[in-house]
Amino acid sequence: MLCQECNEHPATLHFTKIVNGEKIEYHICETCAKEKGEHIPGSNSFSIHQLLSGLLDMEPSLKGVKQSSAETGKKAEEPLSCPHCGLTYAQFAEMGRFGCARCYEAFDSKLDSIFRRIHGGNDTHLGKIPKRGGQDLHVYREIEQLREQMKKQIEEEEFEKAAEVRDKIRSLQEQLERKGAE
Amino acid sequence: MTLEAFISEAVSPWMKNEGPESDIVISSRVRLARNLVNIPFPIANDYEHLNDIVTNMESNYSGKKAGPFPDLELFRMADMQSNEKHVLVEKHLISPSLANESEAGAVLLNPDESLSVMVNEEDHFRIQCLLSGFQLDETFANANRMDDWLEEKLDFAFDEKRGYLTSCPTNVGTGLRSSVMMHLPALVMTNKLNQILPAINQLGLVVRGIYGEGSEALGNLFQISNQTTLGKSEEDIIADLKSVVTQLVQHERQARETLLQQSKMYLEDKVYRSYGILAFSRRIESKEAMQRLSDVRLGIDLEMVSGLDGKILNELMVLTQPGFLQQYAGKQLQAEERNERRAKIIRERLALEENKLDR
Ligand SMILES: [Zn+2]
Ligand SMILES: [Zn+2]
Repeated sequence: MLCQECNEHPATLHFTKIVNGEKIEYHICETCAKEKGEHIPGSNSFSIHQLLSGLLDMEPSLKGVKQSSAETGKKAEEPLSCPHCGLTYAQFAEMGRFGCARCYEAFDSKLDSIFRRIHGGNDTHLGKIPKRGGQDLHVYREIEQLREQMKKQIEEEEFEKAAEVRDKIRSLQEQLERKGAE
Repeated sequence: MTLEAFISEAVSPWMKNEGPESDIVISSRVRLARNLVNIPFPIANDYEHLNDIVTNMESNYSGKKAGPFPDLELFRMADMQSNEKHVLVEKHLISPSLANESEAGAVLLNPDESLSVMVNEEDHFRIQCLLSGFQLDETFANANRMDDWLEEKLDFAFDEKRGYLTSCPTNVGTGLRSSVMMHLPALVMTNKLNQILPAINQLGLVVRGIYGEGSEALGNLFQISNQTTLGKSEEDIIADLKSVVTQLVQHERQARETLLQQSKMYLEDKVYRSYGILAFSRRIESKEAMQRLSDVRLGIDLEMVSGLDGKILNELMVLTQPGFLQQYAGKQLQAEERNERRAKIIRERLALEENKLDR
C-alpha cells in the first residue's frame, strides 16, 4: 500500500482518527508522518482530548442559545454548568474532560448523542455494578420495573393484581429505608 | 552495577517471554478507570485534596499484605527522580502524563509489577494489570479483584445509566481498556496487516504501533485495544479483543509459513545481517535497533537462529530505551552517547548469552 499523502513511499503508519464522529483511516509513510507530526494521535502535541473537543464542539453552541433568547426578549438563559465543580459546558467541550461525577447530571441533556458517537452507538452501561452501593441499585431497578407493571395493571383495571404489586414495592422501599437508617 | 544485576532488577516479569502464544503475543494488559464520588476529578481539583487521596491510599494499602496482592508499595511522583519515573514509563507501569504532569500523582506497585494503581492521573485511580503472553482473562480477573478490593474501602462514582464515571468521555461505562502487545513482523513484511486493519477498526478496536513517536510501529510491535467502553459488558469487550488477537496470531503464523516457503534464503539473510549488526555495531539508533531486534526475534521463532533465548529480545527492546540507558549509565545522556551505549548494551547482552552456551 502506498502512502496516501505522497503516493511515493510505502505506507508504514496506519491509524484512525474520529472526525465529526466518523472514523477516518490514515495510511501514510514516515516522511509524511513527520511533516504532519502534530496530527498523529499519541504524539505529545495532539491528544485524544483535542480530537474529542472537535467532536463536542459540534453540539449546538451556547452562543446560539443566548442569541435566540435575546431575540425573543426573554431573560438570557444561564449557560450550562456543573453546580458541584463549576465546569461550564463550553469548558467541557474545550478540554474534552468532565470535572467531576456530577458533571454527568449537569450536561445530561447533551450526553446521549455524544456517547453514541464515541461508543459505537451506545449510551447505556451494561457492565459491572459495584457490589456495595450496587445492591441498592438492583433494588431500585426492580422497583422501577414494578411501578411500570402496576401502571399497566391499573390501566387494564386489574386492581387486585395492582394492589399486590403495590405491596411488593412498599416492602422493597422499606428494605431500602432500613438499610439507610443503619 | 553489572549488566546481569541491572537486568535482573530492570526486567519485569511481563518481559520474560512466558505464557500462551508468547512467540507472537508479548503481553496482555487491562486497565480500569475509577473515581471517588463527591471529589472533583484531578483536572478540576487542587493539590491539597488530591494529596489527601494519596495519603489515604498510603495508609490503607502501602506495605500491606491484603487482598490478592501482597506487599504493595506506594511511590509518590514528587519523591522520584525524573529518570526513575522515565523507567517506570518504559516498563509501561505508569503513563507519561502521570510522570510529567501530575503534581499529586502516585503509583501503587506490587513486587512482581503485574499490578500498578496510578493515583491522580486523569482519573483518581487507574488499576492496571499486566501479564506476559496472551492472558487477557487472567489479566482482567486480576484487575477485577483489585477493583473489588479497593471498593471495600472507597466509594466509587457510579451511575445507573452511565456506569463508572470517568473524566474522559471515552472511558465511561466499564472504564475498561484492554490491550495486547503483538510482534507481527511477517504480516508487515507481506503487507497483509494493511488489509486486515480496516476490519479490526470496524469492530471498535484500534491498532497502533508502540515505541517511537506517534503511531510509528518500531520493531513491528503493535498494540491492539478496545475503543468502546460503554454499552458492552467487560466480558464481551475482552471476548471481542481475544477473538481478534487469536485471528491475528493465526494470520501471522500463516504469513511466517509463506515467507519460509517462498523466500527462506532472503529471510535467513535478513535475520543474520541484523544479528551481525547487533553483535558488532559501535553505535545504533533506537529505530534501527528495534528493527534489527525484531528480525533476530523472528529468526529465533523460526528456528533459524539457535542458542538465543527469545526473551532477551523482549528485554533489549525495553533496556535500550532512553530512560533505561540513562538509568544504567547513572546519568543523563546526549542522543549520540545513547547510541553508543545502546550498541554496547546489546553487544554485552548477546555476549552474556554466548558465554552461557560455552559453559
Ligand atoms: Zn508519504
Ligand atoms: Zn462537575
